[in-house]
Amino acid sequence: MAITFKQVDFTYQPGTPFETKALTDINVTIPDGSYTALIGHTGSGKSTLLQHLNALLKPTSGTVTIGERVITPATNNKDLKKLRQHVGIVFQFPESQLFEETVEKDIAFGPQNFGVSEADALKTAAEMLDLVGLNQDLLKRSPFDLSGGQMRRVAIAGVLAMKPQVLVLDEPTAGLDPQGRLDMMEMFARLRHEQHLTVVLVTHQMDDVANYADNVIVMDGGRIVKTGTPREIFKEPQWLVEHQLGLPKTTAFAQQLIARGWQFDRMPLTEDELAEDLIAQLPTTAFGGATTHDE
Amino acid sequence: MNKLIFGRYIPGDSVIHHMDPRAKLLLSFYFIGIIFIANNWMTYLLLFAFTFLAITMSGVKWSFFINGVKPLIWLILFTVVLQVLFSASGGPVYWHWGIITISRLGLINGAYIFCRFVLIIFMSTLLTLTTPPLELSDAIEYILMPLKAVHFPVYEVALMLSIALRFVPTLMDETEKIMNAQRARGVDFGAGNIFQQMRAVVPLLIPLFVSSFNRAEDLATAMEARGYQGGEGRSKFRILKWHARDSWVTVIFAALTVALIFLRA
Repeated sequence: MAITFKQVDFTYQPGTPFETKALTDINVTIPDGSYTALIGHTGSGKSTLLQHLNALLKPTSGTVTIGERVITPATNNKDLKKLRQHVGIVFQFPESQLFEETVEKDIAFGPQNFGVSEADALKTAAEMLDLVGLNQDLLKRSPFDLSGGQMRRVAIAGVLAMKPQVLVLDEPTAGLDPQGRLDMMEMFARLRHEQHLTVVLVTHQMDDVANYADNVIVMDGGRIVKTGTPREIFKEPQWLVEHQLGLPKTTAFAQQLIARGWQFDRMPLTEDELAEDLIAQLPTTAFGGATTHDE
Repeated sequence: MNKLIFGRYIPGDSVIHHMDPRAKLLLSFYFIGIIFIANNWMTYLLLFAFTFLAITMSGVKWSFFINGVKPLIWLILFTVVLQVLFSASGGPVYWHWGIITISRLGLINGAYIFCRFVLIIFMSTLLTLTTPPLELSDAIEYILMPLKAVHFPVYEVALMLSIALRFVPTLMDETEKIMNAQRARGVDFGAGNIFQQMRAVVPLLIPLFVSSFNRAEDLATAMEARGYQGGEGRSKFRILKWHARDSWVTVIFAALTVALIFLRA
């Protein structure tokens, strides 16, 4: 499901003395099936933009087209439910949204709101628990007994249980340990391929952007300042610094090598790419031939 | 909830902003007291002139005060209408039907009540708009001090008050966030009949309570780790100072009272 913004402006508390403009002239398309990363420093309007993706906020002017549905400033708040089923949002620290007595009921809560029968919803809940890598014996436990990482997974399972076509993730790995982080990012990548999801990821982790995304939107001061593939975005380190953004670790390392006279045909984004480029450049005699070198 | 003006603080640089919060708090209460001295159009005119002068001096836009009255306008009109329709007859009667009587006295009383409401709301809005919440809680702590003689836990109440004030915006943000998260999971807040609406609040209230418990626990730990052992024997960072201007304003209020008593019928 593609999402298109056309000349979208958004102002908080319009008409009051506290009015603040959060989005200005947003024109962008999030293509169907893409893995789009939304980056920008704090306060650049990422979270505001994200809430437009399922009409939690409606534009002050302009239109947002979500699949077939067009959201305008005049759109009624009623019957947005269907839309919200198709666009699942995992908010920052989603563990704070858990409330049911058992993990199972909490995961089933979303689907039941969209009219799935209790029996079916509970069955989905069990499947989702598997999907996010938790043990089935947690089903009957209270969500408040779980560890922080487990609670996060349950909350994400609750969103996935709605079977959305677009999955929006607002810093899903913030505050997790490195292994939990990696597991979760791998899980999203896998889900995307298995279920043909469109993924929108808001993150400050440039490594995740380089490793997983195929489309990047850069925001600054409520405007979109650049869109493109990760390779295009990370090509100009100076520009990124100007917009208070960083480089992925790999690209930063490659930059240091370039400063010492190495050359890369493409800007390496992932560790694998960097390794390939380096092996290709190593003198073949040095280690008895780079081609026999293990990966 | 963001439209709520009442109880907000607007930073400014007027004489009223710089007044001692104790003076402001006490004089606001005092003003509400002397409103009841007024009983004819002269005295109300004087009170309105005084309020307008105070508001103009504060430099806060008029729209804030109008917006402060707006949420209460139905309550005010309800009271006024009751007063007009049901007050005991006095003076000429203009209309009479069953127990409903519109008399001259009723109309006058209705107008007075309207004036009182508006004056009280304007003055208390002026207090909250020009005083940061923390200064207010300092003032309340100071004013409650004499109650320590009867073993009233003044420090504890003051601490609770300032923590509560500090967390109002945080909890409002949190509420908004959880509401959005639950909306994204298909909850319709404010839709359906009264029972459905009440049921929809559960997924909001439980996470809010849970997060408040967690927050309280974290805050208590952090306070203990920083050496907090109770209110007794602490020094103060924010010290309230009574300036000459505060005395002058008090004198003006006294003069106002004298004028009111003089003008009242």
